[in-house]
Amino acid sequence: MTPEEEREFIRRRKARNWVVAGTLVFFVVLFYAITIVRIGAQH
Amino acid sequence: MASTAPQIAAQMPTEWRDFFALTKPRVMTLVIFTAICGVLAAPGTIHPIIGFTAILAIAMGAGGSAVLNMWWEADIDAGMKRTRSRPLPGGRMRREDARDFGIFLSGVSVVLMGLAVGWLAAALLLGAIIYYAVIYTMWLKPRTPQNIVIGGGAGAFPPLIGWVAVTGEITAMPILLFAIIFFWTPPHFWALALFVQSDYAKVGIPMLPVVAGEKATRRQIMAYTVLLAPIAIAPWWIGGTGWIYGSCAVVLSALFLILAVPVFTRMREETDTMQPEKALFKFSIVYLFVLFAALVADRVAAYQGWPA
Repeated sequence: MTPEEEREFIRRRKARNWVVAGTLVFFVVLFYAITIVRIGAQH
Repeated sequence: MASTAPQIAAQMPTEWRDFFALTKPRVMTLVIFTAICGVLAAPGTIHPIIGFTAILAIAMGAGGSAVLNMWWEADIDAGMKRTRSRPLPGGRMRREDARDFGIFLSGVSVVLMGLAVGWLAAALLLGAIIYYAVIYTMWLKPRTPQNIVIGGGAGAFPPLIGWVAVTGEITAMPILLFAIIFFWTPPHFWALALFVQSDYAKVGIPMLPVVAGEKATRRQIMAYTVLLAPIAIAPWWIGGTGWIYGSCAVVLSALFLILAVPVFTRMREETDTMQPEKALFKFSIVYLFVLFAALVADRVAAYQGWPA
């Protein structure tokens, strides 16, 4: 792998990791909200 | 090229944008719009968070089945100009990654719908995904010139699922919403197929204009447009909606018929600009948007206590 290819490799991996992290945080918040709403509905 | 592309795909991590492109984001906008209309037009109440989750699950299910469609059709896409540069035929992604991503997205969407909203809506979503990815893509699309009719069935699920997410039961109204998109798709797509030069014939997909000819296509456009009119007006007839939807449905259906007649009666000439076909195609998009918007407006008016 040339240095340019390696930079591109790292850039792509980093971008993907950020997207995965963002998606995970989004779903954590969403599931928390769903849980609160559904518990609230039972009372 | 065939030898270098898989190598690059194997070496480099795939761009996340290529994963996103696999979900057909432009198709998804129509899916999200009709799903939102299904949720808003249904009688009853749904908590905004749960309603949002239902829309999200429908969008993810549509995305997942689109990914499976692209995984299955990578070879076909490679042979057509319009689709040649998609992530898989472009060699920017491994096939197994696309398959796994599609299955994962579909699975998560169904479980999310079941846990957060309800298992009837989740079952319908699973049915829609299997219908599009397996029955349509793998089985019937390469086998019958009525493939557009069958594919339209897949596009017809979102408002049905959105409605059922609110009510928890399947009644006449959500089935009519399904039927409207089902009968709308053939004239919409075939009007486009008449004026766009496509290379489906080259890759062995039996599109109606190629297989049965232009005359048969024009006849079938007319047939489905005539069938669509009573189905579009039916929600008002059976008392499911008020006059706002009813009057919109009557006017829109009349315009659709008026625009379909010249498409039905004429034939292509030398150096034809295909104006009637283009007009019908453009109007078909307006038709669906206004009809579903009217459905929501009708429900809002009913809540406001306007006379039906």
